[in-house]
Amino acid sequence: MSFFDLVDPILQGLLLGGLYALFAIGLSLTFGIMRMVNIAHGDIIILAAYVTLVVVNQFGIYPLAAVAVVIPVLALFGYLLQRVLLNPVLGDDILPPLLVTFGLSVIIQNLLLVVFSADSMGVHAGAIQTASISLGGGLAVGWLPLVIFIVAVLVITSLELLFAHTKLGRAFRATSDDQTMAQLMGINNRHLYAVATALAFGVTAIAGVFLAVRTTFVPTLGPSKLLVAFEVVIIGGMGSLWGTLAGAMLVGIAQAIGFRYDSGSGILAGHLVFLAVLLLRPQGLIARTRDL
Amino acid sequence: MNSPRFQVGSATRLSRGAWAAGAALLVALVLAPWWAEDSDLRSIAEFAYLVAIAQMWNLLAGYGGLISVGQHAFIGIGGYVLLILSLNAGISPFLCVPIAGVVSALVAIPVAGVVFRLRGPYFAIGTWAVADIFRLILDDIPAIGGGSGKSLTSALMAIPGWEREATTYWIALGLGFGLTLGVYLLLRSRLGLALTAIRDGVPASESLGVMVGRVKLLVFVASAGGLGLAGALIYLTKLRISPDSAFSVDWTVLMIFIVVIGGIGTIEGPIVGTAVFFLMRGLLADYGPWYLVVLGSVAILVMFKARGGLWGWVASRFDLHLFPTRRRIRIEGPQPITATTPAAQSPAAER
Repeated sequence: MSFFDLVDPILQGLLLGGLYALFAIGLSLTFGIMRMVNIAHGDIIILAAYVTLVVVNQFGIYPLAAVAVVIPVLALFGYLLQRVLLNPVLGDDILPPLLVTFGLSVIIQNLLLVVFSADSMGVHAGAIQTASISLGGGLAVGWLPLVIFIVAVLVITSLELLFAHTKLGRAFRATSDDQTMAQLMGINNRHLYAVATALAFGVTAIAGVFLAVRTTFVPTLGPSKLLVAFEVVIIGGMGSLWGTLAGAMLVGIAQAIGFRYDSGSGILAGHLVFLAVLLLRPQGLIARTRDL
Repeated sequence: MNSPRFQVGSATRLSRGAWAAGAALLVALVLAPWWAEDSDLRSIAEFAYLVAIAQMWNLLAGYGGLISVGQHAFIGIGGYVLLILSLNAGISPFLCVPIAGVVSALVAIPVAGVVFRLRGPYFAIGTWAVADIFRLILDDIPAIGGGSGKSLTSALMAIPGWEREATTYWIALGLGFGLTLGVYLLLRSRLGLALTAIRDGVPASESLGVMVGRVKLLVFVASAGGLGLAGALIYLTKLRISPDSAFSVDWTVLMIFIVVIGGIGTIEGPIVGTAVFFLMRGLLADYGPWYLVVLGSVAILVMFKARGGLWGWVASRFDLHLFPTRRRIRIEGPQPITATTPAAQSPAAER
C-alpha cells in the first residue's frame, strides 16, 4: 500500500466528516435540549435539498446562495412543527413523540414522491463541484468538501458561543438540565422548544443545501441520512458538539476506506465503527456530564 | 361458615363468546382452500401475517416498553434463512419456517447485547442501524444473489401447485392465530405479571424481585422469533427475495401503524389495525403513495386524540375485552361482600 493509498482516504474522510457533522448537529440539538429524537430528521435533510432545488429553479440564484432562503424556510417549518405537532405530545412517555416523528417521516417521503417523483435530482453549482487544490504527491482536496468542512466548524463554534454567552443559550442549558426548574424560573418551554427546533432545522437546512450541491438525491434517501446522523451523535458522545464533529470525521474516514472496495462496504464500515464504539465506549468519544 | 364464596377469573361472558366465534372462524378458514378462490386465499394469508407481525411489535413495544423501529431486521433474517436453507441446503421450504423462527431468536441475543446499551429513543433507532448492517452484509454475498436477490421458485417447483398454495396459506393462518394466542398466553403467565409490574414502575418491580433486564431480553427474543417465522412465511408467499425488500423499513412502518391505529397494548389492537389497514389500502389503491400519507396522518391523529387507538377507545368506552388479561373477582352465594372481608382487600379485587 503506497503513501497515497493510506493518506488519501483519511484526508477525504476527514472532509466528508464536515458534511456528516452538519447532518448530525440538528439531531444532537433536539435531543440535548428537550430529550426528543426526531425520526424524520433524515427526511428534513432531504426536504431541504428539494427546497434548494425549487429555489434554484424558480429564482435562478446560485445554489450555495440559496441557503439564504432555505434556512429561514426550514427554521419556520421547524418552529411551527414543534408548536403544533410535537409540543403537545412531549412527556414522560417516549412513544408519542417517536411515533409522531416516525409518521412525519413517512408523510414527508411520500409527499416528496408525489410532487417530485422517484427520479433522482441534482443541482448545478458550476466549477466548485469539481475544482480541487493539489497538495502534491497525487493528493488533492476538493473545494466543495473543504468549504463544507469549514462551514461545519463555523456552525459548531457559533452554537457553542450561543450556548455559553447568550441569554437564549442559558435558557437552553437550564431547560436541558432541569425542565421543571427552568419553567419555574420563568422560561416559556413551548416557545423555547420551538426555537430549539427552528435552530436545529436551520442547521439541517445548511446540510440539505450542501447535499443537493454535492450529489444527486431521491425522496427515499432520508432514513439513510438519519442513520448516519444518529451514529455520529452516538459515536461523538451525547451533548458535545465537538464530539459530534469528531464522530463525524471517524465515520467519514471509515466510509472513505470502505468505499475503496465498493459503495456497500463504505456504508457498512461506518456502521461497524458505530458498533465498535457502542461495545467499547458506550458513552462516546467525548462524553460530557452536561448535556450541551 | 358464613364466608362468601368467590372466584378469581379473567373470562367474561363476552370473551367466552368471542372465543367461540374465533374458533368457528378458524375452522372455516382452515377449510378455505376447498371453498375460496386463490386470490381470496392470498388476501387472507396477507391479513394473517400482518396480524402476526403486528402482534410481535405490540408485544415488544406495547407490553415490553421496548420501542424499536428496526424490527424489519428479523423479517429479513427469516426470509434469508428460508432462501439459504431451501435453495442451498435443500431443506423443505415449509420446514424452513420454524427453523427461521429459531435462528431469528438466536440472532436476537447478540443483537440485544449491542442495542440494549442504548436507552429510550436511541434504542429505537439503534435497532434500525443493526437492520441496515444485515442488509449490507447480505448485499455483498453473491452466492445468495447479492444485492439483486434471488427467486425461490426452484425450491418450490417439486411441490404440486395446490399443495404448495394450501400449505403456505395454512402456515400463514397458523402464524396469525398462533402468535395472537401466544402473546395472550405469555401475558397470562408469570412473565405477563412481571411485564405489568415493570410498566407500572421499574424500581418497584425490581424490589419485588422482577429481573427487569432478563424480562426485557426475553420479550425481545420472543418478538424476534415470531418475526423470523413470519419473515420466512412472507417470502414463501412472495417467491422472490432481495436484501432491499426483506430488510426494508416498510415492514416496521406497517407493524407500527397497524398497532398504533388498532390500539397499542391490547391484543385486539393489531387485529383491528390490520382491518383498518386493508380498508384504507383498498380505498386509496388508485392514489399511489397517498395511502401511506393518509396512514401516517391517522397514526399521528391517534397520538393526539386517543392514545389507546381504536380498540383502546372501544375497550374503555364499553368495557369490552375479548382477550381479558386482568383478573376479576366474582362473588358466588348470597352474602353481600363487606369491607372487612379479606377478599375485598386482596390485590386482585383492586385490579
